[in-house]
Amino acid sequence: MDKFSYINPARLEQVPGLLKNDWQSKVIAGGTDLVGEMKDYVESPKRLVNLKSIPGLDQIEVDNQGVTIGAMTTLTDIAEHTDIQKNYAALAQSAGVVASPQIRNVGTLGGNLCQRPRCWYYRDPDAICLKKGGDVCYALSGLNKYHAIFGGGPVYIVHPSDIAPALVALGAEVTILGASGARTMPMEDFFILPTVANPFRENILASNEIITRIRVPKPDTNTTSFYLKLHERGSFDFALVSVAGVFQVQGKKCQQLSLVLGGVAPTPWRSSEAEQVLRGQVISEALAQRAGEAAVKNADPMSDNGYKVTLTQNLIKRAAMMAIG
Amino acid sequence: MAEWGEARKSSLLGKYTQRLSGPQKVTGQAKYTFDINRPGMLYGRILRSHIARGTLTALDLSPAEQMPGVKAVIPLIEIGKEIRYEGQEIAAVAADTRDIAADAIRAIRFDYDPLDHVVDLGEAMSEGSPQIRDWENNQSERQIDEKGDLKAGWATADAVVEVTYSTEVQVHTCLESHGHVAEWNGDQLTVWASTQAVFGTRRDFARHFELPEDKVRVITEHMGGGFGAKFGPGVEGRAAATLAKEAGRPVKLMLTRKGEQNTAGNRPSMVQHVKAGATKEGKLVAYEVSGYGTSGLGGGAGFTGPYVYQVPNYRTEKFNVAINAGSGRAFRAPRHPQGAFAMDSLMDELSEKIGMDSLEFRKLNDPNEIRHAEYDLGAKEIGWHRRPRVAGSGTGVRKHGIGVGSGQWGGGGGKGTKARVNINADGTVEAITGTQDLGTGIRTAIAIIVADELGLHPTDITVKIGDTLPGLPSGGSGGSQTTPSVSPVVKTAAMAAKESLINHLAEKVNVAADEVIIKEGSVTIGNNQLSWKEATSTLGMETISEDGSWDENLREGGAAGAQFAEVEVDTETGQVKLTKIVAVHDCGLIINRLATESQINGGVIGGIGYALLEDRIMDDQTGRSLNSNLIDYKVPGAQEIPEIRAIAYDTDRKVTGIGEPVTIPTAGAIANAVYNAIGVRIRSLPITPDKVLAALEEA
Repeated sequence: MDKFSYINPARLEQVPGLLKNDWQSKVIAGGTDLVGEMKDYVESPKRLVNLKSIPGLDQIEVDNQGVTIGAMTTLTDIAEHTDIQKNYAALAQSAGVVASPQIRNVGTLGGNLCQRPRCWYYRDPDAICLKKGGDVCYALSGLNKYHAIFGGGPVYIVHPSDIAPALVALGAEVTILGASGARTMPMEDFFILPTVANPFRENILASNEIITRIRVPKPDTNTTSFYLKLHERGSFDFALVSVAGVFQVQGKKCQQLSLVLGGVAPTPWRSSEAEQVLRGQVISEALAQRAGEAAVKNADPMSDNGYKVTLTQNLIKRAAMMAIG
Repeated sequence: MAEWGEARKSSLLGKYTQRLSGPQKVTGQAKYTFDINRPGMLYGRILRSHIARGTLTALDLSPAEQMPGVKAVIPLIEIGKEIRYEGQEIAAVAADTRDIAADAIRAIRFDYDPLDHVVDLGEAMSEGSPQIRDWENNQSERQIDEKGDLKAGWATADAVVEVTYSTEVQVHTCLESHGHVAEWNGDQLTVWASTQAVFGTRRDFARHFELPEDKVRVITEHMGGGFGAKFGPGVEGRAAATLAKEAGRPVKLMLTRKGEQNTAGNRPSMVQHVKAGATKEGKLVAYEVSGYGTSGLGGGAGFTGPYVYQVPNYRTEKFNVAINAGSGRAFRAPRHPQGAFAMDSLMDELSEKIGMDSLEFRKLNDPNEIRHAEYDLGAKEIGWHRRPRVAGSGTGVRKHGIGVGSGQWGGGGGKGTKARVNINADGTVEAITGTQDLGTGIRTAIAIIVADELGLHPTDITVKIGDTLPGLPSGGSGGSQTTPSVSPVVKTAAMAAKESLINHLAEKVNVAADEVIIKEGSVTIGNNQLSWKEATSTLGMETISEDGSWDENLREGGAAGAQFAEVEVDTETGQVKLTKIVAVHDCGLIINRLATESQINGGVIGGIGYALLEDRIMDDQTGRSLNSNLIDYKVPGAQEIPEIRAIAYDTDRKVTGIGEPVTIPTAGAIANAVYNAIGVRIRSLPITPDKVLAALEEA
């Protein structure tokens, strides 16, 4: 990797200033993604601002209305937290299936949400693709088995996070610290689709902003949530397709729900089509099937990833059936 | 002629012995090449090509040479030569630290005139594709093998299957990458090498530097996997030694993971178009296959067929196809896993067509009686009767299936090993030979054989291997040859040492030699009983040192195997979950049952990766591999490994090798189990969810 300076701030308020207003500086949390990128020369920041030197960012605080999780909380701590397991199961489950145990012990919540795409062209230091300032998305005419079936163009990456779909489905809010102070917004608005003007970023963070915490509101009674992940290698893999489901069900009637897909789009992808089929209805196998079909109606697969359409359809169906369990 | 004698009554042979280096390995004390650090040592690194093809027009090493901390820079390709694949070596540096070395290779400038590359197998074969080897349409000469009268065969066939099978390029993915630590002392070269052949590597270094072989010493105390890819210094080893010579300091140069995956060998892919016929009574009568594969720019593609089955009439045609990629190398049972997967699938397809149980059909065409017994044993163990009688007839989303695969390997070993056993006056015993332990357990096997002969415990024996210095050569560890090659010589050395000790003691107290009995840690002379140490202390200033000799009678080749796989296939997600593997393998006379079962486990795990996960992906746009890392190139992890029932099938045979045969049948067994579960055949490895879903949709 290229040389960089390493800064250990003592206080959170220092961070935006230290990050300056360029993309030459980056924060480092667990480092499980960033260090790999630096070793492969995909990213070569001039300076790293270490968040581990700031106390208090790794707390999980539960109250009657919800749970607040510091950005530096490790994935293992989230996955093993009994209250999160009980009331925010989709979150605990999603944190528990990220990568491998070693990575979950080091990787953080904030880092997981801000990790860069796994696209094999993006990760190839010698392929200067659109995301790296080039003029082509290699996946479009290349090998795109693991790429997007929704929301693609001009780049066709998928968002790699397992936790992001769960947080979006649970209606979480994210608090961001920047030079002019903190702001809080829905998790769902944090992630952005690529555009011709900005194919580079996957979220709204400015170069001198960081995530400081996530707030998840406590689900209403009769709510169940879960995270289902399909992969090729259970021991360590990114999702081919995943879905976070949050269902408020009485009897078999679905009163309210949230279905957010992972692995299929450049952002966590809410399947409003499937939600619409299920909302307010008594769930049956036929309805679940229809929800699956609705979910993929607008899918736009590429040459090698048509199987993701089938996977998505079947996974949505499975999620709906799980809700009435 | 020596004999293993009452081997099965031995308290050591064929029993479970923990490997001698186990405690060192789990505590991190075992020193692999990666762990060797020498005083003043530099770190070497190789600059590799990021393009698949082009002519080198310029190479400027000076930016690296001028960097502080860089002590040597050498070119590895001449200007005007053709770069032929991603990862090809351009230059190498040695520097004070790893980081400086990494920066230095990036400072080197090179330029090239691009040439059209071809990395796709089908494209390489087509007319008008860039010619990248001295083969017409990038295809090597056909190897043809014929027997009987095919026409007559087809005439008698009641059922014919005509299909195409294919397999991926698999990469060895050694946990310890290729690498060396090279150190010169005047004109004496010492190399710590991660190699499967210390003597072969010594010879190659000596030739390259035009040195007498006795001026080169190669040491491999422990190594982290080779699987056939580590038989000589390679470009990287020669570069390490050249850099060390130029810098006048030791150099450690280990391949990066990317370098390892792209350039240090692979198992060639296979595509075969096959047609086979059988009578309704279940006899194979005709087999015709044309197949090819790519090993990058090298040769060595191919497959076994009709393999373990007897067919009176056949014609096989095989050839290599060149693409711009790193060359293949020997890989655990070269050509066999490709062939076995195809043949095992084919036998299943034919048996179904004639309405016969697949195992019965196999037995009718496989003359090997040991495998017949293994089929029976394995079938019982897996519960063959539980398989759906009609493939895919199970109900529910997750469908269960069972399949079988077969394998055969030579592995008889051969001459060429020298071994010595020393008994010292203090009672210590040394066994010395120039073999090397790849992690397979030969170190422990040697200790068992010597301890068994001398009535001692394996931990009483100091085994000195993995070093050319004692001048006791042995062959490379490949082809499942190590144990059958080394054991006879170690055994006869131990016998000779024992006889020498007996003669010495008999002379000392003036009794006949047959009155001296060495057994279970003590020595009986007439009516006197001495401890082992008391007995050896009579040696005084002497040391007993005896060399062994090759004994044909102590080993044999030919290892039959059969494996059964049980799977659960999720028909909505295409995921294949393995629930059990039963692996029954004839292992000849077993030296260490624990290591044998461990070998079987390892072979099965390699086969699981081959069947379900691993696949080197080449990209036509860039000419590069897209997954030369351990995230995207998916080797099995703990969750992919089911219960493995490893059965070392005991026979009255002699010592034979087991490294290779145990990985051969796995993929075929899994593919057949998947078919049995879902009723749709996947004829292309690896069997990934996308392929399963596509096959189900087509059906």
